[in-house]
Amino acid sequence: MGKLTIPQEELMNSGHIGCLGCGGTLAMRYLLKALGKRTMITIPACCIAIMSGIYPRNFLKVPLLDVAFETTAASASGIRAALDAKGIHDIYVVGFGGDGGTADIGIQALSGAAERGDNIIYVMYDNEAYMNTGIQRSGATPFGAWTTTTPVGTTGDFKKRPKKNMVEIMVAHDIPYAATASVAYPEDFVRKVQKAKDMDGTKFFHVFSPCPTGWRYSPEMTIQIGVLAFQTTVFPMYEVENGVYRVTKKPAKRKPVTDYIKLQGRFKHLDDETIEVIQKTVDRNWEMLLAKAEFTKKFAE
Amino acid sequence: MPMDVMTGNSAQAYGAKLARAEVVAAYPITPQTTVVEKLADLVASGEMKAQFIKVESEHSAMAACIAASATGARAYTATAAHGLALMHEMLIWAAGSRLPIVMGNINRAMAPPWSVWADYQDSIAERDTGWMQFYCQSSQEVLDTVIQAYKVAENHDILIPAMVMEDAFYLSHTFEPVDVPPQKDVDDFLPPYDPPIKLDVDNPVGLCALVPPDHYMEFRFKIAKAMEDSRKVIQEVDEEWEKKFGRSHGGLVERYRMEDADAAIIAAGTMSSTARVAIDNMRDKGKKVGLARLRVFRPFPYEEIRQIAKEVDSIGVLDRSYTFGHGGAFYTETAGALYQAPEQPHVKNYVIGIGGRDIPPKDIEEILEKVLTKEDGGEVEWFGLRTSGSKEVN
Ligand SMILES: Cc1ncc(C[n+]2csc(CCOP(=O)(O)OP(=O)(O)O)c2C)c(N)n1
Ligand code: SF4
Repeated sequence: MGKLTIPQEELMNSGHIGCLGCGGTLAMRYLLKALGKRTMITIPACCIAIMSGIYPRNFLKVPLLDVAFETTAASASGIRAALDAKGIHDIYVVGFGGDGGTADIGIQALSGAAERGDNIIYVMYDNEAYMNTGIQRSGATPFGAWTTTTPVGTTGDFKKRPKKNMVEIMVAHDIPYAATASVAYPEDFVRKVQKAKDMDGTKFFHVFSPCPTGWRYSPEMTIQIGVLAFQTTVFPMYEVENGVYRVTKKPAKRKPVTDYIKLQGRFKHLDDETIEVIQKTVDRNWEMLLAKAEFTKKFAE
Repeated sequence: MPMDVMTGNSAQAYGAKLARAEVVAAYPITPQTTVVEKLADLVASGEMKAQFIKVESEHSAMAACIAASATGARAYTATAAHGLALMHEMLIWAAGSRLPIVMGNINRAMAPPWSVWADYQDSIAERDTGWMQFYCQSSQEVLDTVIQAYKVAENHDILIPAMVMEDAFYLSHTFEPVDVPPQKDVDDFLPPYDPPIKLDVDNPVGLCALVPPDHYMEFRFKIAKAMEDSRKVIQEVDEEWEKKFGRSHGGLVERYRMEDADAAIIAAGTMSSTARVAIDNMRDKGKKVGLARLRVFRPFPYEEIRQIAKEVDSIGVLDRSYTFGHGGAFYTETAGALYQAPEQPHVKNYVIGIGGRDIPPKDIEEILEKVLTKEDGGEVEWFGLRTSGSKEVN
């Protein structure tokens, strides 16, 4: 395969009001580069929804419908149905929601759309908490993290359950394509979108989008944090095409999770024992992923 | 097409079909279920050209209709009771987005205790969402009103959504002869939906963004204005319908034997048909009584109600729902409309038929008798309650 260059055209206007170093803005920017102008997008309540600033601004150069928190996928289905009714079939319809709007409150609508096989692209940009309302835990907040609703306090009340695995949940819906991606690896992300965008049915992307504000690190470190999430396999890069797993990018040498954790204030209360628990879980998940890729290989068409 | 015999629910479906709804998104709930089944059949047989999204909840049904309508398609859904309540947030969203969606709502009681029978608590609870509300009394009116509602809602000066109500089972599941107008005539009456603004890749806009306090109030005021303006349009559309199809449904308020009436009752939905029988019986006995049927509750027809106040000495308002804390909604709004009126008839509220309780003509005759005598005993009476008088609840 020749070298992939990310399309130059910018479909996101400059001047958004996201925080410095926000990963979510990059997720949007690369997604639109991959899809191009003939795209319509629905955005629920989340950080991205307020990025435009206020009316009458629009931070995108594509049509945008702001929708209710839990309706991203149903709204995308509605746009798709309207376009189909009009005989328009060359427009990408995207639902772009946060981890809270996707893994928690919007999961019913997403599950419904995926089960129906609605021809939409769903992107979950994952900053691992409800950031727009001020850093509360979501179903995608990782084990061990501090948030304002999992405060450490004197009792060590940090998040005690692991992150909800949205890719697995979506794969269980028998959709044609589900993948992880990271804003630290835009080429990988863009390539995946370009690969999947014309597949019929529901396509799901889980995009790792570090958040300096909520994760308590300095804004210039966003990409570094993304790279470390990949190198430690805290957030592995893979895709699942019709049930067949493929790791799209492997770290040359896996780093210990502490390298990732120690840079972020949200984990600073963790003792060595708890970090060891996290390391073991990450190891296990990574091995399971490799095993799934190996096992499902034979089902590739 | 000649006369057909169909249920109110079929009339909803044929109304949507004749209106050429392009996107249907709906979720089943008793007693609305046969609306979605009929639409599914019509779409599956190719008789109706629409995209039918079989959503996983009413909340998603309305979300999908909103997005479809924002993309420029004519959208339809139907629901009842708990489905309507689940949509609450999205009803506000639809009106705030100024999208002319039309929805059938089959009025059903709210649980607990569970009940599937006729009651207006569901739609009354949604009166502040910014939707127009039409209460129908026959299947014919249902079919006609679905089409009329699109014409009103899509008027560029209006652009607010509309609910077309039917009483559970009394209308939804009862067969009546219905004249199904030819598609061509309906097409002449209702042109394709042509929104002033929509999602369009060649002219990208962002819809429903955050607005500061500098702007929000004006957006809300414009909905208020559109709702006011809709009165005239509702009236005109009903008149145009009458010219074209030979039948009127009374515009906002339908009057029956009001000419020389001393007393009137205000009611909506199927109990109005019963009231007609009761009024005829009373008239036979020489009692001058009449009916004002609330066909439209949002916008509230305060002018028509004030006119009635000029004509009669006493009004009884019949409510099939109750606003806990004070009176039925039809009553409180009637009384509210009359506060500014120069004529002040005696007004009393009868809460009746809750949860589908049967309303025979004799009950309405009894009420009419009380209204005529300006019987006092409190503003609000739960009529026919089994705990009242000597009857015990068992
Ligand atoms: C029904 C409803 N409940 C709650 C909210 C408040 N709310 C707005 S955004 C948000 C959190 C969003 O979190 P997420 O989806 O993870 O996106 P992020 O802000 O982190 O980018 C919440 C709870 C809402 N808008 N609607
Ligand atoms: S809080 Fe986090 S996700 Fe939200 S705008 Fe700021 S950096 Fe981005």
